[in-house]
Amino acid sequence: MSNGTRVLKALRRSTLQAIPTLGVILVLNFFLLRLAPGDAAEVMAGEQGVATEESMAAMRKLFGLDIPVLDQFVAYINNLLHFSLGYSPRYGMQVEDLIAQRLPGSILLMGVALVFALGIGIFIGTVMARYVGRLPDRILSVVSLVFYSVPGFWIGLMMVVLFSVTLGWLPSGSDQTIGADYSGLEWLWDRVSHLILPALSLSLVFIAIYARLTRASMLESQGQDYVRTAAAKGLSPRAITFRHVLRNALLPVTTMAGLHFGTLLGGAVVVETVFSWPGLGRLAFESIMRRDFNVLLGILLLSSILVMIANVITDLVQAWLDPRIEVR
Amino acid sequence: MATTLLEVENLTVRFPRLAAVQDLSFSVGVGETLAIVGESGSGKSITALALMRLVPPPGRITGGSIRFDGRELTALPDAAMRKVRGAEIAMIFQEPMTSLNPVLTIGRQIGETVRLHEGVSRRIARARAIELLDLVRIPEPHRRVDDYPHQLSGGMRQRVMIAMAVICRPKLLIADEPTTALDVTIQAQVLALLDNLRRELSMGLLLITHDLGIVGQWADRVVVMYASRKVEEGSPDAILDAPWHPYTQGLMAASPRHAGDLHYRRTPLVEIPGSITSAFGETGCPFVPRCALAEARCREVVPPPLSLGDHLVACVRHDPFKEAADVALAG
Repeated sequence: MSNGTRVLKALRRSTLQAIPTLGVILVLNFFLLRLAPGDAAEVMAGEQGVATEESMAAMRKLFGLDIPVLDQFVAYINNLLHFSLGYSPRYGMQVEDLIAQRLPGSILLMGVALVFALGIGIFIGTVMARYVGRLPDRILSVVSLVFYSVPGFWIGLMMVVLFSVTLGWLPSGSDQTIGADYSGLEWLWDRVSHLILPALSLSLVFIAIYARLTRASMLESQGQDYVRTAAAKGLSPRAITFRHVLRNALLPVTTMAGLHFGTLLGGAVVVETVFSWPGLGRLAFESIMRRDFNVLLGILLLSSILVMIANVITDLVQAWLDPRIEVR
Repeated sequence: MATTLLEVENLTVRFPRLAAVQDLSFSVGVGETLAIVGESGSGKSITALALMRLVPPPGRITGGSIRFDGRELTALPDAAMRKVRGAEIAMIFQEPMTSLNPVLTIGRQIGETVRLHEGVSRRIARARAIELLDLVRIPEPHRRVDDYPHQLSGGMRQRVMIAMAVICRPKLLIADEPTTALDVTIQAQVLALLDNLRRELSMGLLLITHDLGIVGQWADRVVVMYASRKVEEGSPDAILDAPWHPYTQGLMAASPRHAGDLHYRRTPLVEIPGSITSAFGETGCPFVPRCALAEARCREVVPPPLSLGDHLVACVRHDPFKEAADVALAG
């Protein structure tokens, strides 16, 4: 079976498996959120400071909160079937439009964080494995342990103190300079400089995890018989590491990276809040505080789909990297 | 004997707590098959790795010389040694299941050697790989070249290993227990293939095995190793029919013979008592703890090798000259 057909088969299987999962997620999300105390009307009333029974009832009617929960659920599903995520009275717009505004920011942040995590993590792990037990390995082990044990947002705040406040090299928040009208390279640098700190603080924990994992699985691969075969062919240590050891060692790392995608989304909530990054994480946080369930449901649904897509991609990468994975 | 291709003298390989190979000397001629026989732990596989300078750390070659085709391998810089490996000395390992990289196609793994040493393009390497698959008699080489190792049987994988080893036409092929992991019918095929290739490519073949059945049929000369030392060397006929060293004699007695009592129902299969680990820390002959004929003088010094013609033995009880003289007198 060629590589291509194998990958296609993996794609079909993963997609079929995703459909029932999505249904369960929809039901769970909807009913779990109803368990939270209070609703959007109460929060708004609380913010305004004054509210009569009548105005509360009017608000509930407007938000569609006055009908029984099961009817609300039917209405929600009905909306979904018409490709609508509902209306957010708070933002005064359709939820899908609101999410569409915030999604690119989040995807960008998470994508860059994942690239950082994998790139830097695998690099550090490779270095540690090549110098195992010697000084570079010891130093990097301590560093990765620190990254692993200190919360990302705290390191984020410390980096803001160092790079933004003290050194003034990088901006401390937002995704671009507000009001500036840059173009070309200046625009690009503006965006990149805003991205570095949040992406780095989001990825630090994962850099540590992937570094340790790469180190361990490279050490395991190095002892395998096929490494000795490669040496007997006359390959240099470098060629052995990159062509024979690393590829085998990456298999567990890709599995973990796929599983971590959901964790990354969770981490994005905190990091987006710390760096006032206009993404889904911050939107989710705000919607929870405001009991804006339509927005929250939309984000949860989208996150679930994103996680499932990430799983499919992981499966595909696995099938591509490891020919032994048979797709049934 | 033909011109000497490989000359090993007093080779010693040490690990921190023990010597894996001590004072080992032997030679392989151009186009010759030398078998090294010995039980597990006798140092034969480490000898093979030492010839490639691939002794796994912390072990290292601490003495002796390896002269190959006019060069001293122990003194070669690492980069020059890498040019020897795969191109001039190639090696086949015991476990075809694990000795191939599971995530690369066999075509790439076979072609890798020739790309490295001859710098040919990927396309030519692939064509050469197909050619070699055909040479080691793998059916449909055009299709098989894109297979992954897990899609092949054990015998086919060992053929792939052989193809990988001989693609650069090495002068010496080291086969470390090439058939141990294979079943008997496949064993004979693989050995016949190795023998054919040896003749076609006029390679020297160093066959490392613990299977005495193989030795008589395929080897030109035999070295018997015990506990890191050579105890006997000679032609297969001499070793198999009239061994001199008590260890070799024990090995022969312990080999199942199909004549007579097939399943050893009436008489037990002879065994050599004890195990090779008893040689550890022994000052004299390493075989003393298991030797029925051991005397006090055996414990004093390591017996020096004595030879008559091309038959050599390291045992103080054995003086080939005296025995030859006795035979001559009696006759």
